[in-house]
Amino acid sequence: MSRELKYAQALREALDLCMEKDPNVYVIGLGAPDPKGIFGTTVGLQKKYGEKRVMDMPTAENGMTGVAIGSALMGMRPVTTHQRIDFALLAMEQIVNQAAKWHYMFDGKLSVPMVIRLIIGRGWGQGPQHSQSLQAWFAHVPGLRVVMPTTAHDAKGLLISAIEDDNPVIFIEHRWLHNVTGLVPEGVYRVPIGKARVMRKGSDVSIVATSYMALEALRAAELLDGDGISAEVIDVRSIRPWDEDLILDSVRQTGRVVVADTGWRSVGFAGEVVARIAEECLTDLKAAPVRVTLPDVPTPTSWALANHYYPRADDIAAAAQRTLGRARAGKPISTLVSATPLDVPDSSFTGPF
Amino acid sequence: MDSKTLSTLYRSMLRIRLVELRIAELYPEQEMRCPVHLCVGQEAIAAGVSANLRQIDHAYSGHRSHGHYLAKGGDLRAMMAEIYGKATGCCSGKGGSMHLVDLEAGFVGATPIVGSTIAIGVGDAFAASLRGEDRVTVIYHGEGAIEEGVFHEAVDFAVLRSLPVVFVCENNLFSVYSPMSVRQPVGREVCSVAAGHGIEAAQGDGNNVAEVHEMAGRAIAKARGGQGPSFLEFKTYRWLEHCGPDYDNDIGYREPAEFELWKGRDPLPRTEKALLASGAITSSALDEMAAEVRAEMDDAVAFAKSSPFPDPALLATNVYAGSKEMEAVR
Repeated sequence: MSRELKYAQALREALDLCMEKDPNVYVIGLGAPDPKGIFGTTVGLQKKYGEKRVMDMPTAENGMTGVAIGSALMGMRPVTTHQRIDFALLAMEQIVNQAAKWHYMFDGKLSVPMVIRLIIGRGWGQGPQHSQSLQAWFAHVPGLRVVMPTTAHDAKGLLISAIEDDNPVIFIEHRWLHNVTGLVPEGVYRVPIGKARVMRKGSDVSIVATSYMALEALRAAELLDGDGISAEVIDVRSIRPWDEDLILDSVRQTGRVVVADTGWRSVGFAGEVVARIAEECLTDLKAAPVRVTLPDVPTPTSWALANHYYPRADDIAAAAQRTLGRARAGKPISTLVSATPLDVPDSSFTGPF
Repeated sequence: MDSKTLSTLYRSMLRIRLVELRIAELYPEQEMRCPVHLCVGQEAIAAGVSANLRQIDHAYSGHRSHGHYLAKGGDLRAMMAEIYGKATGCCSGKGGSMHLVDLEAGFVGATPIVGSTIAIGVGDAFAASLRGEDRVTVIYHGEGAIEEGVFHEAVDFAVLRSLPVVFVCENNLFSVYSPMSVRQPVGREVCSVAAGHGIEAAQGDGNNVAEVHEMAGRAIAKARGGQGPSFLEFKTYRWLEHCGPDYDNDIGYREPAEFELWKGRDPLPRTEKALLASGAITSSALDEMAAEVRAEMDDAVAFAKSSPFPDPALLATNVYAGSKEMEAVR
């Protein structure tokens, strides 16, 4: 039986079910039990499971990541949470040198079954240090898994898979997705790590998109539909491993591809996808691939600047048009975006983050 | 201390000393192709601490971990084979000298990023505490680690949660070649830095195995009794270079006189004298003990040298737990 749930509620339900099922699962994070409960994702869980299962922690990202790793080595399944990915940078040593390596360097004698929830965002003046999309950093490291669910359904299913996985899983949530609703089945179900999903079938161009950009891609597909172009939209869902089979198959069929990522352009995930396409199906391509990413610039705070920073559906649609050798009709984006703040996902969002 | 215990401690130290010297002797053959951080001069700490631990207790360490591994009961053959990069090594050759493990002995792991295993060891103790498991975790680290943020973060949490953990700081006065004078204000004691976190902290002579044994015994008993963590600072000195098999007193970062002073405090002859004076052991029995240790070493070295190298197919195994299908290297 499926119900309409918000992405944040779906995450909460996944945590609840996993904690109910496995006494080794515990949730730890600065503010995890506070009244706001990590944007609603942990609300009420401490009341239900007690202070030994849902806990706050010192403001010590690196040390506490190490503590979580040590407990995971002993068979616990910690779910750690950072309210912004930017804070987790303090824990990169433990994540990259330790969590990602213990299984390999001790040749399988130990493993680190843990989930690290990281929240990325956009708009509302998040600025240079509250908004980075660093999935490529984590995805570069063998030993880590990285997922970025887009829908409420996948948020729950991937979080359950991540908690049950015997490896460290970087679970990246986009703040603009927390309030997006979708049909979510009751009970335990799993979305496999490493599998992308076709959100919309199409035949002229493949749009491969991560996290919130997948929603922008769906909007772009609508725009393109109006122009008589059939776009296939693929939600990547898992960044490492990523679903090469599904994505390459789609590109082989359409011969055109736009990769839309929430991260920066240079040395990023979009570049990785384009590289694999070049290696594996160059001769199937009818046009050069196009990346839609953030420009290689830190995030500005003022909405007047941020409006020109984040790519949107129009940019994706324009990129798709480029692969077809056309220019998109209508006003250039720059004149559209200067008038009003585009720093909230919809009018119901009134900040602060 | 009774002579039997002292004799056990002596044997443990002697074993570590002879193994380290054998590694130093063989290293120039260029067959051990990984960095080695030898603990010659510092053996009393590992020996004295570990003698208080049960098999089910856990130990963690950093880059200079051979002594800690051996004292905890780590398999010598597997360690030597690991240093030689062989398939029979404790990590099948994926770790080397800086990544020792022997889960059966309760030596959970060593890694060389300074201070990193401190937090991980605290997490081990945290798991024991959450599940009510009877286990004490000892975390060995150098005095350089107390300059890392992760040390403070981990000690803070251990105190906050009253975890069954003992931090054992081996203060050998140098972080690589950097002396205390460039790292800490004059007059500040490592022990007092830890004490600032509200942890019971004490300082001892790291070259006196009986003292180490006694102090560690109290701290470990306290942790086992649910009375929370302790921090022990033991002053000691590494004889050989930071990394490698040689003496390096000639390169100018420390005074030969300082080295000679510490060499005069060598924990082995001190203990040997005490044992002989007590009449509990004869010098021929000590010779026999050394011969036994040498025979064990000969066997371990021969085992390591004759073991096969890991098959290239192992390169991409165990990158991820429980998922062989994702391990293909393209």
